[in-house]
Amino acid sequence: MTEISLEALSPKREQPVPGEPENWRRFFSFSTDHKVIGIQYIVVAFVFFLIGGFLAMIIRGELITPEADLVDRTVYNALFTMHGTIMLFMWTFPVLNGLANYLVPLQIGARDMAFPRLNAVAFWMVPVFGVILMASFLVPGGPSQSGWWAYPPVSLQNPTGNLINGQFLWILAVALSGISSIMGAVNIVTTIIRMRAPGMTFFKMPVFCWAVMAAQTIQLFGLPALTAGAVMLLFDLSVGTSFFDPATGGDPVLYQHFFWFYSHPAVYVIILPVFGVFSELFPVYARKPLFGYKFVAVSSFVITGLSAIVWVHHMFASGTPGWMRMLFMASTMLISVPTGVKIFAWVATIWGGKIKLSTPMLFALGGLVNFLFAGITGIMLAAVPFDIHVNNTYFVVGHFHYVIYGAAVMGIYAAIYHWFPKMTGRMYYEGLGKLHFVLTFVGVNLNFLPMHPAGLMGMPRRVASYDPEFAYWNVLASLGGFLLGVSTLPFLLNMISSWILGEKAPANPWRAIGLEWLVSSPPPHENFAVIPTVVSEPYGYGKNEPLIASQMASTELTSELS
Amino acid sequence: MNLRLILKLAAIAGVMTAISLWVGQLAYTWMPVPASEEALLVDHLFSFLTTLGTFIFLGVAGTLLYSVLFQRAAKYDEGDGPPIEGNLTLEIVWTAIPLVLVIWIAGYSYRIYDEMNILGPMEHMHGGAAIAAPLTLAQATDAPEAPEAPEIIEVHARQWVWEFYYPVANVTSTELHLPNHRRAKLTLTSEDVLHGFFVPAFRVKQDVIPGRSIDFEFTPIREGTYRLRDSQYSGTYFAAMQANVVVESPDDYQQWLTDVAALSPQPGLNPSYDEYQVKVENRDNRPGWKTVEPAPYPLVNYSGAPVLPER
Repeated sequence: MTEISLEALSPKREQPVPGEPENWRRFFSFSTDHKVIGIQYIVVAFVFFLIGGFLAMIIRGELITPEADLVDRTVYNALFTMHGTIMLFMWTFPVLNGLANYLVPLQIGARDMAFPRLNAVAFWMVPVFGVILMASFLVPGGPSQSGWWAYPPVSLQNPTGNLINGQFLWILAVALSGISSIMGAVNIVTTIIRMRAPGMTFFKMPVFCWAVMAAQTIQLFGLPALTAGAVMLLFDLSVGTSFFDPATGGDPVLYQHFFWFYSHPAVYVIILPVFGVFSELFPVYARKPLFGYKFVAVSSFVITGLSAIVWVHHMFASGTPGWMRMLFMASTMLISVPTGVKIFAWVATIWGGKIKLSTPMLFALGGLVNFLFAGITGIMLAAVPFDIHVNNTYFVVGHFHYVIYGAAVMGIYAAIYHWFPKMTGRMYYEGLGKLHFVLTFVGVNLNFLPMHPAGLMGMPRRVASYDPEFAYWNVLASLGGFLLGVSTLPFLLNMISSWILGEKAPANPWRAIGLEWLVSSPPPHENFAVIPTVVSEPYGYGKNEPLIASQMASTELTSELS
Repeated sequence: MNLRLILKLAAIAGVMTAISLWVGQLAYTWMPVPASEEALLVDHLFSFLTTLGTFIFLGVAGTLLYSVLFQRAAKYDEGDGPPIEGNLTLEIVWTAIPLVLVIWIAGYSYRIYDEMNILGPMEHMHGGAAIAAPLTLAQATDAPEAPEAPEIIEVHARQWVWEFYYPVANVTSTELHLPNHRRAKLTLTSEDVLHGFFVPAFRVKQDVIPGRSIDFEFTPIREGTYRLRDSQYSGTYFAAMQANVVVESPDDYQQWLTDVAALSPQPGLNPSYDEYQVKVENRDNRPGWKTVEPAPYPLVNYSGAPVLPER
């Protein structure tokens, strides 16, 4: 079935760019190769990560003293709004889409994604709405200053009175980002369901693909709600409808439901692929099969299901009646069960293995420990009486930065190092990688741990100034923030110099098991000359069994010889 | 051998329990001194969660640390570890344990929430059928002396100043005064955007929603001055929207009400408007964008002192 559709497609396919895969110009073209698009996503997203990080460092510069003395309050409010928006919509989602784009077809034994042109369109929308978002710095009145939640009525207040204002451009960019993500989700889910190599049943599929499919399913049911909310907000702002404006009979709490119905599951869109990365890396660097593979694989979909019924926990202090608070407290806490299954499985995978602490493993381990901490504070936040106290304080800011930076970004770094030889055909420098890890791990904990005590003492989030009692923790956090800024330098140096000058990478430098490691580094244009037939489960470390049919003969031969 | 292993694990679990209980006690000091009955309940819950969380963190992170320290591959060891693919019993156990734990935590949190009975939105609209109705009744009958029906205080939020109105005494103020050991009953309203009523020392918080009037209750138990902060982002001068809360003995409170009722209205505290004047006159030399104008000084009987509470 899969092969038939591929054959039918291939005559219409564009010819590979001459000189591929060495020709670097293809990265600046409307390429339909999933590997090119994957790298385009990752690089563009990383540029925005640096911009968002720069904004974060101005924020930390303002917060190093209690008074609002570095930038004007309107500027500060624009900075944290844009920081959050850029980091989520321009960095985390695109970079994860890049990883999924690059890895999924290789891991399931396909030659490309199901819809290569749709794939390219989805990517090229990213720089478009990125430019729209950044352009809002140039309009009169400046960028949106209503936070990345854009809660009305604040988001509907338009002091300049212009039709084209920062909030307008913000909503436009977010809506376009939603459309791009829906395109990506349709493509990835279709690819995984329809284009797996012969023999690769769902329970022979790598956990990364499971996790990506679970995450992209969330995009499919969640994004329509956000997009609908954004369109209504746009109408309220620009043409004077009253969906959410209480002054004209609208309900501002209704917007919060639309927003969080997507934006809570969105954190699972982020963290699930990272769980997938952890599940891929721990077996490689501990030389053991993934413990409880089927439990780990299925638990991703349990998280997908539960993620749809927890959004009100962001609104415990909002216009939320008691019964709803209790109901969503229970559903939120249930998420810890499938998540716990994963954490315990990873620990059991590592336990008793032959551990090699190379850079990807260090990042994965650091990410796991940070995630463990974030998970524990997450359960605390689910407990309504405690959440009432820390809701909208720095405790929450600390919690989600542990998730997003401590776990997700560190997991993304782990993935970039692990698959860097595959993507570029070059090895990275291990020493710079380890330096990068140390700076990142120390920076994350120095930046985000002090936010918890500040929040417990009652420091609200989003403040440009604060009472002097919080100064101590904010100085520590700011130092950590600047350290995180510094931590990107060895990474950039490593990536750029290795890509140009690095040692040539073999097909499988980590002795890892998986279809992507059977092809050369970087893989040829159409990935697999012959589509492999998969005969065993992934992660067969220590079992000395063949992964695909063509290996069977040679493995039998070796076992006879030995 | 097996017995030795069990003893070893029991000893480790004992040490972990001791550390967890200690951290759980420390947790009481991580928040402001509790100044309401609700704060005591929340602090117990937080201590419990911290104890449990510390135990889990130590268990998982400790196991990882042991592996990383003692189970490293030798430098030239290219071999694989034991091909253990899973253990159904273990997997069922570690699915069941978190399930039981979260049911326990949720049950405990539910009970605490019940006891707090801080009201909040809509329960009023549902005919007062609060979840905690039976408990409230029990408390009422237990009380040795029926306290006089507390006065309702109106809390008005606007960009970016708090104003408090005491209808019985017909007093307005920009500092919130509350009698100690009396149930404080507030009605929260906003004139423009979302705000949040948050007094960290009381551990209570409620968004203030324009177009709605929300009943809110708690009981202060400690005399002193505390900070009320806006907890729901409300625009440009959001961070400056703070006010002092003074908890005093019921006699002092009554005296205060009587005294200030006689005062003629004067401009109340309004730090955001002060700051806005600096910006308008361009005395801060910092470029910024156009902002919503702050509300002018409210006319109040009592403005309070613009000083931070002592710590």
